[in-house]
Amino acid sequence: MVGQRKWNRRIAAFVFLLPALIGLAAFQLLPMASSVIISFSDWDLLSKWTQIHFIGWDNYADVFKDDKSYTSIKNIFIFLIGYMPFITVLGTFFAVLLNRNIRGIKFYRAAVFVPVITSWVAVSIVWRWLLNGQSGLVNYLLSLVGIQGPIWLQDDFWAMVAIIAVTVWKDIGFVSIILLAGLQDISDDYYEAADLDGASAWRKLWQITIPLLSPTLFFVVTISLINSFQLFDQVLIMTNGGPAGATSTIVEQVYRNAFQFNKMGFAAAQSWVLFVIIFSVTMVMQWLQRRWVVYER
Amino acid sequence: MRGRAWMIKNGMIHLFLLAASVTLLFPFVWMVSGGFKDSLEVVKMPPQLLPSHWNFDNFRQIEQFFPLYRFLLNSVGVAVATTVLQLLVCAMAAYVFAKIAFKGNQAVFMLFLTTMMIPAQVTMVPLFILFAQTNLIDTYAGLILPGIFSAYGIFLLRQNIMTIPNELLEAAFMDGASYYRVFGSVILPLIKPTLAALTIFAFMSSWNSFLWPLIVTNSKELMTLPLGLSKLQGKWSTEWNLLMAGNVISFLPIFGVYLFAQRYFIKGMTMTGIK
Repeated sequence: MVGQRKWNRRIAAFVFLLPALIGLAAFQLLPMASSVIISFSDWDLLSKWTQIHFIGWDNYADVFKDDKSYTSIKNIFIFLIGYMPFITVLGTFFAVLLNRNIRGIKFYRAAVFVPVITSWVAVSIVWRWLLNGQSGLVNYLLSLVGIQGPIWLQDDFWAMVAIIAVTVWKDIGFVSIILLAGLQDISDDYYEAADLDGASAWRKLWQITIPLLSPTLFFVVTISLINSFQLFDQVLIMTNGGPAGATSTIVEQVYRNAFQFNKMGFAAAQSWVLFVIIFSVTMVMQWLQRRWVVYER
Repeated sequence: MRGRAWMIKNGMIHLFLLAASVTLLFPFVWMVSGGFKDSLEVVKMPPQLLPSHWNFDNFRQIEQFFPLYRFLLNSVGVAVATTVLQLLVCAMAAYVFAKIAFKGNQAVFMLFLTTMMIPAQVTMVPLFILFAQTNLIDTYAGLILPGIFSAYGIFLLRQNIMTIPNELLEAAFMDGASYYRVFGSVILPLIKPTLAALTIFAFMSSWNSFLWPLIVTNSKELMTLPLGLSKLQGKWSTEWNLLMAGNVISFLPIFGVYLFAQRYFIKGMTMTGIK
Protein backbone atom coordinates (compact mmCIF):
# COMPACT_ATOMS: atom_id res chain seq x y z
CA MET A 1 0.00 0.00 0.00
CA VAL A 2 2.71 2.46 1.03
CA GLY A 3 4.92 1.32 -1.83
CA GLN A 4 2.08 1.75 -4.24
CA ARG A 5 1.54 5.37 -3.10
CA LYS A 6 5.21 6.12 -3.56
CA TRP A 7 5.02 4.81 -7.11
CA ASN A 8 1.90 6.80 -7.80
CA ARG A 9 3.75 9.88 -6.66
CA ARG A 10 6.74 9.18 -8.88
CA ILE A 11 4.57 8.51 -11.89
CA ALA A 12 2.58 11.71 -11.26
CA ALA A 13 5.77 13.74 -10.93
CA PHE A 14 7.05 12.28 -14.18
CA VAL A 15 3.81 12.85 -16.09
CA PHE A 16 3.43 16.45 -14.92
CA LEU A 17 7.04 17.28 -15.60
CA LEU A 18 7.34 15.54 -18.97
CA PRO A 19 6.19 18.35 -21.30
CA ALA A 20 8.45 20.91 -19.61
CA LEU A 21 11.38 18.49 -19.68
CA ILE A 22 10.92 17.80 -23.38
CA GLY A 23 10.82 21.55 -23.97
CA LEU A 24 13.93 22.11 -21.90
CA ALA A 25 15.84 19.43 -23.75
CA ALA A 26 14.64 20.24 -27.27
CA PHE A 27 14.47 24.03 -27.16
CA GLN A 28 17.18 24.93 -24.64
CA LEU A 29 19.80 22.29 -23.89
CA LEU A 30 20.17 20.77 -27.35
CA PRO A 31 20.34 24.14 -29.14
CA MET A 32 22.78 25.47 -26.54
CA ALA A 33 25.08 22.50 -26.94
CA SER A 34 24.97 22.70 -30.72
CA SER A 35 25.45 26.45 -30.58
CA VAL A 36 28.72 25.92 -28.69
CA ILE A 37 29.89 23.39 -31.27
CA ILE A 38 28.87 25.51 -34.26
CA SER A 39 30.60 28.58 -32.79
CA PHE A 40 33.96 26.83 -33.21
CA SER A 41 33.32 26.00 -36.88
CA ASP A 42 32.91 27.81 -40.18
CA TRP A 43 29.69 25.99 -40.97
CA ASP A 44 27.51 27.73 -43.57
CA LEU A 45 24.19 25.84 -43.27
CA LEU A 46 24.52 24.58 -46.86
CA SER A 47 27.20 21.94 -46.33
CA LYS A 48 26.43 18.70 -44.53
CA TRP A 49 26.64 18.26 -40.76
CA THR A 50 29.24 15.52 -41.20
CA GLN A 51 31.57 17.86 -43.08
CA ILE A 52 31.70 20.40 -40.28
CA HIS A 53 35.11 22.05 -40.14
CA PHE A 54 36.47 23.39 -36.88
CA ILE A 55 38.51 26.59 -36.76
CA GLY A 56 39.20 26.98 -33.03
CA TRP A 57 38.63 30.36 -31.43
CA ASP A 58 38.75 32.32 -34.74
CA ASN A 59 35.04 33.25 -34.65
CA TYR A 60 35.37 34.60 -31.15
CA ALA A 61 38.42 36.67 -32.09
CA ASP A 62 36.49 38.01 -35.08
CA VAL A 63 33.64 39.19 -32.86
CA PHE A 64 35.99 41.96 -31.71
CA LYS A 65 38.20 42.23 -34.82
CA ASP A 66 35.47 42.35 -37.47
CA ASP A 67 34.54 46.01 -38.02
CA LYS A 68 30.78 45.53 -38.24
CA SER A 69 30.68 43.25 -35.24
CA TYR A 70 32.85 45.55 -33.12
CA THR A 71 30.75 48.58 -34.13
CA SER A 72 27.55 46.79 -33.15
CA ILE A 73 28.91 46.17 -29.63
CA LYS A 74 30.16 49.75 -29.37
CA ASN A 75 26.75 51.06 -30.52
CA ILE A 76 25.01 49.32 -27.62
CA PHE A 77 27.23 51.17 -25.17
CA ILE A 78 26.52 54.48 -26.94
CA PHE A 79 22.83 53.62 -26.73
CA LEU A 80 23.13 52.92 -22.99
CA ILE A 81 24.78 56.30 -22.32
CA GLY A 82 21.74 58.04 -23.79
CA TYR A 83 19.04 55.63 -22.70
CA MET A 84 19.79 54.69 -19.08
CA PRO A 85 19.85 58.17 -17.48
CA PHE A 86 16.60 59.13 -19.19
CA ILE A 87 14.74 55.95 -18.41
CA THR A 88 15.74 55.91 -14.71
CA VAL A 89 15.42 59.62 -13.87
CA LEU A 90 12.35 60.26 -15.99
CA GLY A 91 10.83 56.94 -14.89
CA THR A 92 11.26 57.82 -11.20
CA PHE A 93 9.84 61.28 -11.81
CA PHE A 94 6.81 59.83 -13.64
CA ALA A 95 6.30 57.25 -10.90
CA VAL A 96 6.35 59.89 -8.15
CA LEU A 97 3.74 61.95 -10.00
CA LEU A 98 1.61 58.92 -10.84
CA ASN A 99 1.65 57.98 -7.14
CA ARG A 100 -0.39 61.10 -6.24
CA ASN A 101 -4.04 60.80 -5.49
CA ILE A 102 -5.26 63.48 -7.87
CA ARG A 103 -8.26 63.64 -10.12
CA GLY A 104 -7.81 61.75 -13.38
CA ILE A 105 -4.89 59.70 -12.08
CA LYS A 106 -6.44 56.50 -13.49
CA PHE A 107 -6.43 58.03 -16.96
CA TYR A 108 -2.80 59.11 -16.66
CA ARG A 109 -1.72 55.66 -15.42
CA ALA A 110 -3.56 54.01 -18.30
CA ALA A 111 -2.15 56.45 -20.86
CA VAL A 112 1.55 55.96 -20.10
CA PHE A 113 1.09 52.26 -20.68
CA VAL A 114 -0.30 52.33 -24.22
CA PRO A 115 3.10 52.40 -25.99
CA VAL A 116 4.20 49.45 -23.85
CA ILE A 117 1.47 47.11 -25.08
CA THR A 118 1.96 47.95 -28.76
CA SER A 119 4.28 45.92 -30.96
CA TRP A 120 7.70 47.37 -31.73
CA VAL A 121 7.09 46.87 -35.43
CA ALA A 122 3.94 49.04 -35.50
CA VAL A 123 5.50 51.68 -33.27
CA SER A 124 8.68 51.80 -35.37
CA ILE A 125 6.75 52.31 -38.59
CA VAL A 126 4.75 55.16 -37.00
CA TRP A 127 7.96 56.82 -35.83
CA ARG A 128 9.59 56.36 -39.22
CA TRP A 129 6.79 58.52 -40.55
CA LEU A 130 6.87 61.05 -37.69
CA LEU A 131 10.63 61.46 -38.18
CA ASN A 132 10.51 61.53 -41.98
CA GLY A 133 12.37 64.46 -43.54
CA GLN A 134 9.58 65.60 -45.89
CA SER A 135 6.24 64.51 -44.48
CA GLY A 136 7.19 63.96 -40.85
CA LEU A 137 5.29 65.71 -38.10
CA VAL A 138 8.35 66.19 -35.87
CA ASN A 139 10.20 68.38 -38.33
CA TYR A 140 6.98 70.24 -39.14
CA LEU A 141 6.52 71.08 -35.45
CA LEU A 142 10.17 72.12 -35.22
CA SER A 143 9.74 74.38 -38.25
CA LEU A 144 6.89 76.17 -36.44
CA VAL A 145 9.40 77.37 -33.86
CA GLY A 146 11.97 78.16 -36.51
CA ILE A 147 14.17 75.07 -36.26
CA GLN A 148 15.24 73.19 -39.37
CA GLY A 149 15.14 69.55 -38.23
CA PRO A 150 17.68 66.99 -39.40
CA ILE A 151 16.86 64.06 -41.67
CA TRP A 152 16.73 61.97 -38.54
CA LEU A 153 17.08 58.39 -39.70
CA GLN A 154 19.57 59.06 -42.49
CA ASP A 155 22.04 60.97 -40.36
CA ASP A 156 24.58 58.89 -38.49
CA PHE A 157 24.38 61.01 -35.34
CA TRP A 158 20.64 61.76 -35.29
CA ALA A 159 19.67 58.19 -36.19
CA MET A 160 21.06 56.94 -32.87
CA VAL A 161 19.44 59.86 -31.04
CA ALA A 162 16.14 58.90 -32.65
CA ILE A 163 16.50 55.21 -31.69
CA ILE A 164 17.27 56.22 -28.09
CA ALA A 165 14.40 58.71 -27.90
CA VAL A 166 11.83 56.33 -29.38
CA THR A 167 12.97 53.51 -27.08
CA VAL A 168 12.63 55.82 -24.06
CA TRP A 169 9.20 56.82 -25.35
CA LYS A 170 8.09 53.18 -25.59
CA ASP A 171 9.66 51.90 -22.35
CA ILE A 172 8.95 54.81 -20.00
CA GLY A 173 5.48 53.51 -19.13
CA PHE A 174 6.84 50.08 -18.24
CA VAL A 175 9.59 51.49 -16.03
CA SER A 176 7.34 53.97 -14.26
CA ILE A 177 4.61 51.41 -13.57
CA ILE A 178 7.18 49.06 -11.97
CA LEU A 179 8.60 51.95 -9.94
CA LEU A 180 5.07 53.02 -9.01
CA ALA A 181 4.47 49.56 -7.54
CA GLY A 182 7.68 50.03 -5.55
CA LEU A 183 6.54 53.44 -4.30
CA GLN A 184 3.20 52.07 -3.19
CA ASP A 185 5.02 49.57 -0.97
CA ILE A 186 6.62 52.38 1.04
CA SER A 187 4.65 52.87 4.24
CA ASP A 188 3.08 56.31 4.87
CA ASP A 189 4.45 56.20 8.43
CA TYR A 190 7.88 57.33 7.22
CA TYR A 191 6.46 60.41 5.55
CA GLU A 192 4.24 61.22 8.52
CA ALA A 193 7.22 60.99 10.87
CA ALA A 194 9.24 63.21 8.53
CA ASP A 195 6.39 65.74 8.41
CA LEU A 196 6.38 65.91 12.21
CA ASP A 197 10.09 66.73 12.06
CA GLY A 198 9.33 69.41 9.47
CA ALA A 199 11.39 67.82 6.68
CA SER A 200 11.26 69.48 3.25
CA ALA A 201 9.91 67.68 0.18
CA TRP A 202 13.41 67.53 -1.28
CA ARG A 203 14.79 65.96 1.89
CA LYS A 204 11.96 63.40 1.98
CA LEU A 205 12.75 62.43 -1.60
CA TRP A 206 16.42 61.76 -0.86
CA GLN A 207 16.13 60.41 2.68
CA ILE A 208 13.02 58.26 2.36
CA THR A 209 11.79 57.73 -1.20
CA ILE A 210 15.05 57.01 -3.02
CA PRO A 211 16.57 54.67 -0.37
CA LEU A 212 13.38 52.68 0.07
CA LEU A 213 12.81 52.57 -3.67
CA SER A 214 16.36 51.40 -4.35
CA PRO A 215 15.55 47.66 -4.61
CA THR A 216 12.97 48.44 -7.31
CA LEU A 217 15.35 50.88 -9.00
CA PHE A 218 18.02 48.21 -9.15
CA PHE A 219 15.56 45.75 -10.60
CA VAL A 220 14.50 48.26 -13.25
CA VAL A 221 18.09 49.14 -14.14
CA THR A 222 19.07 45.48 -14.45
CA ILE A 223 16.08 44.65 -16.67
CA SER A 224 16.68 47.74 -18.82
CA LEU A 225 20.34 46.86 -19.28
CA ILE A 226 19.51 43.29 -20.30
CA ASN A 227 16.84 44.48 -22.74
CA SER A 228 19.20 47.07 -24.23
CA PHE A 229 21.74 44.44 -25.16
CA GLN A 230 19.00 42.63 -27.06
CA LEU A 231 17.99 45.68 -29.13
CA PHE A 232 16.65 44.52 -32.48
CA ASP A 233 13.06 45.21 -33.69
CA GLN A 234 13.14 49.01 -33.71
CA VAL A 235 16.57 49.10 -35.34
CA LEU A 236 15.64 46.69 -38.12
CA ILE A 237 12.42 48.59 -38.94
CA MET A 238 13.51 52.19 -38.41
CA THR A 239 17.06 52.29 -39.77
CA ASN A 240 17.93 48.74 -40.85
CA GLY A 241 21.12 49.23 -38.81
CA GLY A 242 22.16 52.22 -40.89
CA PRO A 243 23.21 54.70 -41.99
CA ALA A 244 26.53 52.90 -42.56
CA GLY A 245 26.20 50.80 -39.42
CA ALA A 246 25.58 53.78 -37.13
CA THR A 247 22.69 52.00 -35.41
CA SER A 248 23.61 48.36 -35.95
CA THR A 249 23.27 46.17 -32.85
CA ILE A 250 24.58 42.81 -31.70
CA VAL A 251 21.35 40.92 -32.33
CA GLU A 252 20.92 42.63 -35.69
CA GLN A 253 24.42 41.38 -36.63
CA VAL A 254 23.63 37.87 -35.37
CA TYR A 255 20.49 37.90 -37.52
CA ARG A 256 22.32 39.13 -40.63
CA ASN A 257 25.29 36.80 -40.29
CA ALA A 258 23.13 33.76 -39.67
CA PHE A 259 20.19 34.29 -41.98
CA GLN A 260 21.48 36.56 -44.74
CA PHE A 261 25.15 35.59 -45.03
CA ASN A 262 24.85 31.99 -43.79
CA LYS A 263 27.79 32.52 -41.44
CA MET A 264 26.33 30.25 -38.78
CA GLY A 265 29.56 29.76 -36.85
CA PHE A 266 30.28 33.46 -36.56
CA ALA A 267 26.67 34.24 -35.61
CA ALA A 268 26.78 31.56 -32.90
CA ALA A 269 30.02 33.01 -31.50
CA GLN A 270 28.49 36.50 -31.50
CA SER A 271 25.46 35.27 -29.62
CA TRP A 272 27.66 33.65 -26.95
CA VAL A 273 29.58 36.91 -26.54
CA LEU A 274 26.17 38.57 -26.12
CA PHE A 275 25.36 36.02 -23.42
CA VAL A 276 28.65 36.62 -21.60
CA ILE A 277 28.03 40.39 -21.66
CA ILE A 278 24.49 40.00 -20.30
CA PHE A 279 25.64 37.49 -17.69
CA SER A 280 28.48 39.78 -16.52
CA VAL A 281 26.18 42.79 -16.32
CA THR A 282 23.70 40.81 -14.23
CA MET A 283 26.46 39.62 -11.89
CA VAL A 284 27.89 43.13 -11.48
CA MET A 285 24.40 44.46 -10.72
CA GLN A 286 23.91 41.74 -8.11
CA TRP A 287 27.19 42.68 -6.49
CA LEU A 288 26.38 46.39 -6.51
CA GLN A 289 22.95 45.65 -5.11
CA ARG A 290 24.44 43.95 -2.06
CA ARG A 291 26.56 47.03 -1.41
CA TRP A 292 24.13 49.85 -2.11
CA VAL A 293 20.58 48.80 -1.82
CA VAL A 294 18.73 49.50 1.40
CA TYR A 295 16.33 46.79 2.45
CA GLU A 296 13.64 47.57 4.93
CA ARG A 297 14.08 45.63 8.16
CA MET B 1 -6.96 74.48 3.85
CA ARG B 2 -6.24 74.14 0.15
CA GLY B 3 -4.29 77.33 -0.32
CA ARG B 4 -2.68 79.00 -3.27
CA ALA B 5 0.51 76.94 -3.01
CA TRP B 6 -1.50 73.75 -3.21
CA MET B 7 -3.37 75.01 -6.26
CA ILE B 8 -0.15 75.84 -8.07
CA LYS B 9 1.47 72.54 -7.19
CA ASN B 10 -1.59 70.55 -8.21
CA GLY B 11 -1.82 72.49 -11.45
CA MET B 12 1.82 71.81 -12.25
CA ILE B 13 1.37 68.07 -11.70
CA HIS B 14 -1.67 68.02 -13.97
CA LEU B 15 0.15 70.06 -16.59
CA PHE B 16 3.11 67.71 -16.59
CA LEU B 17 1.05 64.51 -16.65
CA LEU B 18 -1.13 65.91 -19.41
CA ALA B 19 1.92 66.81 -21.50
CA ALA B 20 3.35 63.34 -20.91
CA SER B 21 0.07 61.65 -21.87
CA VAL B 22 -0.20 63.69 -25.07
CA THR B 23 3.39 62.81 -26.04
CA LEU B 24 2.74 59.13 -25.38
CA LEU B 25 -0.70 58.93 -26.99
CA PHE B 26 -0.55 61.35 -29.89
CA PRO B 27 1.47 59.09 -32.23
CA PHE B 28 -1.42 56.61 -32.01
CA VAL B 29 -4.00 59.27 -32.86
CA TRP B 30 -1.80 60.27 -35.79
CA MET B 31 -1.47 56.62 -36.83
CA VAL B 32 -5.25 56.00 -36.84
CA SER B 33 -5.93 59.26 -38.65
CA GLY B 34 -3.21 58.49 -41.22
CA GLY B 35 -4.68 55.06 -41.85
CA PHE B 36 -7.88 56.65 -43.15
CA LYS B 37 -6.37 59.46 -45.23
CA ASP B 38 -5.82 59.19 -48.97
CA SER B 39 -2.36 59.17 -50.50
CA LEU B 40 -2.30 62.93 -51.13
CA GLU B 41 -3.72 64.10 -47.85
CA VAL B 42 -1.34 61.93 -45.85
CA VAL B 43 1.70 63.92 -47.01
CA LYS B 44 -0.03 67.30 -47.16
CA MET B 45 1.80 70.21 -45.53
CA PRO B 46 0.72 71.78 -43.27
CA PRO B 47 -0.64 68.50 -41.91
CA GLN B 48 -4.27 68.04 -41.03
CA LEU B 49 -5.17 66.33 -37.76
CA LEU B 50 -8.13 64.30 -39.03
CA PRO B 51 -8.88 63.01 -42.53
CA SER B 52 -11.35 65.23 -44.42
CA HIS B 53 -13.03 62.02 -45.57
CA TRP B 54 -12.65 58.74 -43.67
CA ASN B 55 -11.97 56.24 -46.43
CA PHE B 56 -11.48 52.51 -46.15
CA ASP B 57 -9.76 52.13 -49.54
CA ASN B 58 -6.37 51.73 -47.87
CA PHE B 59 -7.43 48.43 -46.34
CA ARG B 60 -8.75 47.17 -49.68
CA GLN B 61 -5.57 48.21 -51.44
CA ILE B 62 -3.40 46.32 -48.95
CA GLU B 63 -5.63 43.28 -49.33
CA GLN B 64 -4.74 43.08 -53.03
CA PHE B 65 -1.12 42.31 -52.21
CA PHE B 66 -1.13 41.06 -48.64
CA PRO B 67 -3.66 38.82 -46.88
CA LEU B 68 -3.95 41.31 -44.03
CA TYR B 69 -6.87 39.53 -42.34
CA ARG B 70 -5.03 36.24 -42.66
CA PHE B 71 -2.13 37.87 -40.75
CA LEU B 72 -4.64 38.94 -38.11
CA LEU B 73 -6.10 35.44 -37.86
CA ASN B 74 -2.62 33.92 -37.69
CA SER B 75 -1.64 36.30 -34.91
CA VAL B 76 -4.77 35.48 -32.90
CA GLY B 77 -4.36 31.74 -33.43
CA VAL B 78 -0.66 31.63 -32.63
CA ALA B 79 -1.04 33.87 -29.57
CA VAL B 80 -4.00 31.91 -28.16
CA ALA B 81 -2.33 28.52 -28.75
CA THR B 82 0.97 29.70 -27.29
CA THR B 83 -0.74 31.15 -24.22
CA VAL B 84 -2.95 28.15 -23.45
CA LEU B 85 -0.15 25.62 -23.94
CA GLN B 86 2.37 27.71 -22.02
CA LEU B 87 0.05 28.06 -19.04
CA LEU B 88 -0.71 24.34 -18.99
CA VAL B 89 2.92 23.20 -19.33
CA CYS B 90 4.14 25.72 -16.75
CA ALA B 91 1.40 25.00 -14.22
CA MET B 92 2.01 21.23 -14.48
CA ALA B 93 5.74 21.60 -13.93
CA ALA B 94 5.22 24.17 -11.17
CA TYR B 95 2.94 21.75 -9.31
CA VAL B 96 5.71 19.13 -9.25
CA PHE B 97 8.39 21.59 -8.11
CA ALA B 98 6.14 23.00 -5.38
CA LYS B 99 4.31 19.98 -4.01
CA ILE B 100 5.45 16.56 -5.32
CA ALA B 101 8.65 15.47 -3.64
CA PHE B 102 11.10 13.22 -5.47
CA LYS B 103 14.84 12.79 -5.43
CA GLY B 104 16.51 15.52 -7.45
CA ASN B 105 13.45 17.81 -7.47
CA GLN B 106 15.53 20.84 -6.43
CA ALA B 107 18.31 20.07 -8.91
CA VAL B 108 15.91 19.87 -11.86
CA PHE B 109 14.27 23.11 -10.74
CA MET B 110 17.67 24.84 -10.61
CA LEU B 111 18.37 23.60 -14.13
CA PHE B 112 15.18 25.32 -15.31
CA LEU B 113 16.08 28.51 -13.45
CA THR B 114 19.53 28.76 -14.99
CA THR B 115 18.11 28.51 -18.51
CA MET B 116 16.16 31.68 -17.70
CA MET B 117 19.47 33.52 -17.92
CA ILE B 118 20.07 32.49 -21.52
CA PRO B 119 18.60 35.04 -23.93
CA ALA B 120 16.56 33.61 -26.80
CA GLN B 121 19.06 35.03 -29.30
CA VAL B 122 21.69 32.53 -28.14
CA THR B 123 19.57 29.53 -29.04
CA MET B 124 17.93 31.07 -32.08
CA VAL B 125 20.56 30.03 -34.64
CA PRO B 126 20.76 26.33 -33.64
CA LEU B 127 17.00 26.21 -33.06
CA PHE B 128 16.47 27.34 -36.63
CA ILE B 129 18.82 24.58 -37.83
CA LEU B 130 17.00 22.01 -35.69
CA PHE B 131 13.66 23.12 -37.12
CA ALA B 132 15.05 23.00 -40.64
CA GLN B 133 16.14 19.39 -40.06
CA THR B 134 12.73 18.40 -38.70
CA ASN B 135 10.70 20.24 -41.37
CA LEU B 136 9.19 22.67 -38.88
CA ILE B 137 10.19 25.76 -40.85
CA ASP B 138 7.16 27.56 -42.27
CA THR B 139 4.63 25.69 -40.15
CA TYR B 140 2.31 26.79 -37.35
CA ALA B 141 4.03 24.30 -35.03
CA GLY B 142 7.32 26.04 -35.77
CA LEU B 143 5.80 29.37 -34.83
CA ILE B 144 4.16 28.14 -31.63
CA LEU B 145 6.45 25.50 -30.09
CA PRO B 146 9.40 27.60 -28.86
CA GLY B 147 7.00 30.00 -27.14
CA ILE B 148 5.32 27.48 -24.86
CA PHE B 149 8.25 26.72 -22.57
CA SER B 150 8.81 29.52 -20.13
CA ALA B 151 11.10 28.99 -17.16
CA TYR B 152 9.82 32.29 -15.84
CA GLY B 153 6.24 31.04 -15.90
CA ILE B 154 7.24 27.89 -14.03
CA PHE B 155 9.05 29.98 -11.43
CA LEU B 156 6.14 32.37 -10.84
CA LEU B 157 3.54 29.61 -10.58
CA ARG B 158 5.74 27.52 -8.31
CA GLN B 159 6.08 30.44 -5.88
CA ASN B 160 2.31 30.74 -5.91
CA ILE B 161 1.56 27.02 -5.49
CA MET B 162 3.98 26.83 -2.55
CA THR B 163 1.68 29.15 -0.59
CA ILE B 164 -1.16 26.61 -0.78
CA PRO B 165 -1.32 24.78 2.60
CA ASN B 166 -0.38 21.08 2.46
CA GLU B 167 -3.34 20.21 4.71
CA LEU B 168 -5.66 21.23 1.91
CA LEU B 169 -4.03 18.79 -0.50
CA GLU B 170 -3.86 16.04 2.15
CA ALA B 171 -7.59 16.42 2.77
CA ALA B 172 -8.24 15.96 -0.95
CA PHE B 173 -6.05 12.84 -1.04
CA MET B 174 -7.94 11.46 1.99
CA ASP B 175 -11.14 11.83 0.01
CA GLY B 176 -9.57 9.59 -2.60
CA ALA B 177 -8.56 12.25 -5.12
CA SER B 178 -5.66 11.43 -7.43
CA TYR B 179 -2.74 13.77 -8.20
CA TYR B 180 -4.43 14.66 -11.49
CA ARG B 181 -7.71 15.45 -9.76
CA VAL B 182 -5.94 17.59 -7.14
CA PHE B 183 -4.19 19.52 -9.89
CA GLY B 184 -7.41 20.18 -11.77
CA SER B 185 -9.79 20.92 -8.93
CA VAL B 186 -7.60 22.25 -6.10
CA ILE B 187 -4.39 23.75 -7.49
CA LEU B 188 -5.62 25.44 -10.66
CA PRO B 189 -8.61 27.26 -9.10
CA LEU B 190 -6.39 28.57 -6.29
CA ILE B 191 -3.74 30.08 -8.58
CA LYS B 192 -6.17 31.85 -10.91
CA PRO B 193 -4.87 35.40 -10.26
CA THR B 194 -1.31 34.42 -11.15
CA LEU B 195 -2.57 32.52 -14.19
CA ALA B 196 -4.46 35.63 -15.29
CA ALA B 197 -1.34 37.77 -15.00
CA LEU B 198 0.69 35.18 -16.89
CA THR B 199 -2.01 34.95 -19.58
CA ILE B 200 -1.70 38.64 -20.37
CA PHE B 201 2.06 38.48 -20.46
CA ALA B 202 2.20 35.35 -22.63
CA PHE B 203 -0.44 36.65 -25.02
CA MET B 204 1.19 40.02 -25.42
CA SER B 205 4.70 38.73 -25.99
CA SER B 206 3.42 36.29 -28.58
CA TRP B 207 1.26 38.94 -30.26
CA ASN B 208 4.17 41.38 -30.52
CA SER B 209 6.91 38.85 -31.25
CA PHE B 210 8.89 39.65 -34.39
CA LEU B 211 12.35 38.05 -34.51
CA TRP B 212 11.35 34.38 -34.31
CA PRO B 213 8.45 34.62 -36.83
CA LEU B 214 10.84 36.51 -39.10
CA ILE B 215 13.24 33.59 -39.02
CA VAL B 216 10.83 30.67 -39.08
CA THR B 217 8.28 31.67 -41.75
CA ASN B 218 8.69 32.17 -45.49
CA SER B 219 5.22 32.13 -46.99
CA LYS B 220 2.69 34.91 -46.71
CA GLU B 221 0.00 32.50 -45.55
CA LEU B 222 1.81 31.89 -42.26
CA MET B 223 2.87 35.39 -41.35
CA THR B 224 1.76 37.02 -38.13
CA LEU B 225 0.91 40.74 -37.98
CA PRO B 226 4.28 42.23 -36.94
CA LEU B 227 6.00 40.26 -39.69
CA GLY B 228 3.28 41.16 -42.19
CA LEU B 229 3.66 44.83 -41.31
CA SER B 230 7.39 44.68 -41.91
CA LYS B 231 6.67 43.16 -45.35
CA LEU B 232 4.22 45.99 -46.04
CA GLN B 233 7.02 48.39 -45.30
CA GLY B 234 9.27 46.44 -47.68
CA LYS B 235 6.78 46.98 -50.51
CA TRP B 236 5.59 50.51 -49.74
CA SER B 237 8.37 52.22 -47.88
CA THR B 238 6.74 55.69 -47.83
CA GLU B 239 3.06 55.06 -48.63
CA TRP B 240 2.20 56.18 -45.13
CA ASN B 241 -1.56 55.84 -45.47
CA LEU B 242 -1.22 52.14 -46.35
CA LEU B 243 1.38 51.48 -43.66
CA MET B 244 -0.76 53.20 -41.02
CA ALA B 245 -3.83 51.23 -42.13
CA GLY B 246 -1.83 48.05 -41.53
CA ASN B 247 -0.73 49.35 -38.14
CA VAL B 248 -4.33 50.08 -37.18
CA ILE B 249 -5.25 46.43 -37.81
CA SER B 250 -2.44 45.29 -35.53
CA PHE B 251 -3.01 47.93 -32.84
CA LEU B 252 -6.78 47.82 -32.31
CA PRO B 253 -7.11 44.21 -31.03
CA ILE B 254 -4.42 44.47 -28.36
CA PHE B 255 -5.62 47.97 -27.45
CA GLY B 256 -9.17 46.63 -27.07
CA VAL B 257 -7.98 43.82 -24.80
CA TYR B 258 -5.99 46.39 -22.83
CA LEU B 259 -9.01 48.65 -22.29
CA PHE B 260 -11.01 45.79 -20.83
CA ALA B 261 -8.28 44.05 -18.84
CA GLN B 262 -6.12 47.02 -17.91
CA ARG B 263 -5.48 46.08 -14.31
CA TYR B 264 -4.33 42.58 -15.33
CA PHE B 265 -1.82 44.09 -17.74
CA ILE B 266 -0.35 46.25 -15.02
CA LYS B 267 -0.45 43.47 -12.46
CA GLY B 268 1.09 41.02 -14.90
CA MET B 269 3.97 43.31 -15.61
CA THR B 270 4.71 44.40 -12.08
CA MET B 271 4.60 40.74 -11.10
CA THR B 272 6.77 39.33 -13.86
CA GLY B 273 8.93 42.34 -14.62
CA ILE B 274 8.62 41.43 -18.28
CA LYS B 275 7.05 43.39 -21.04
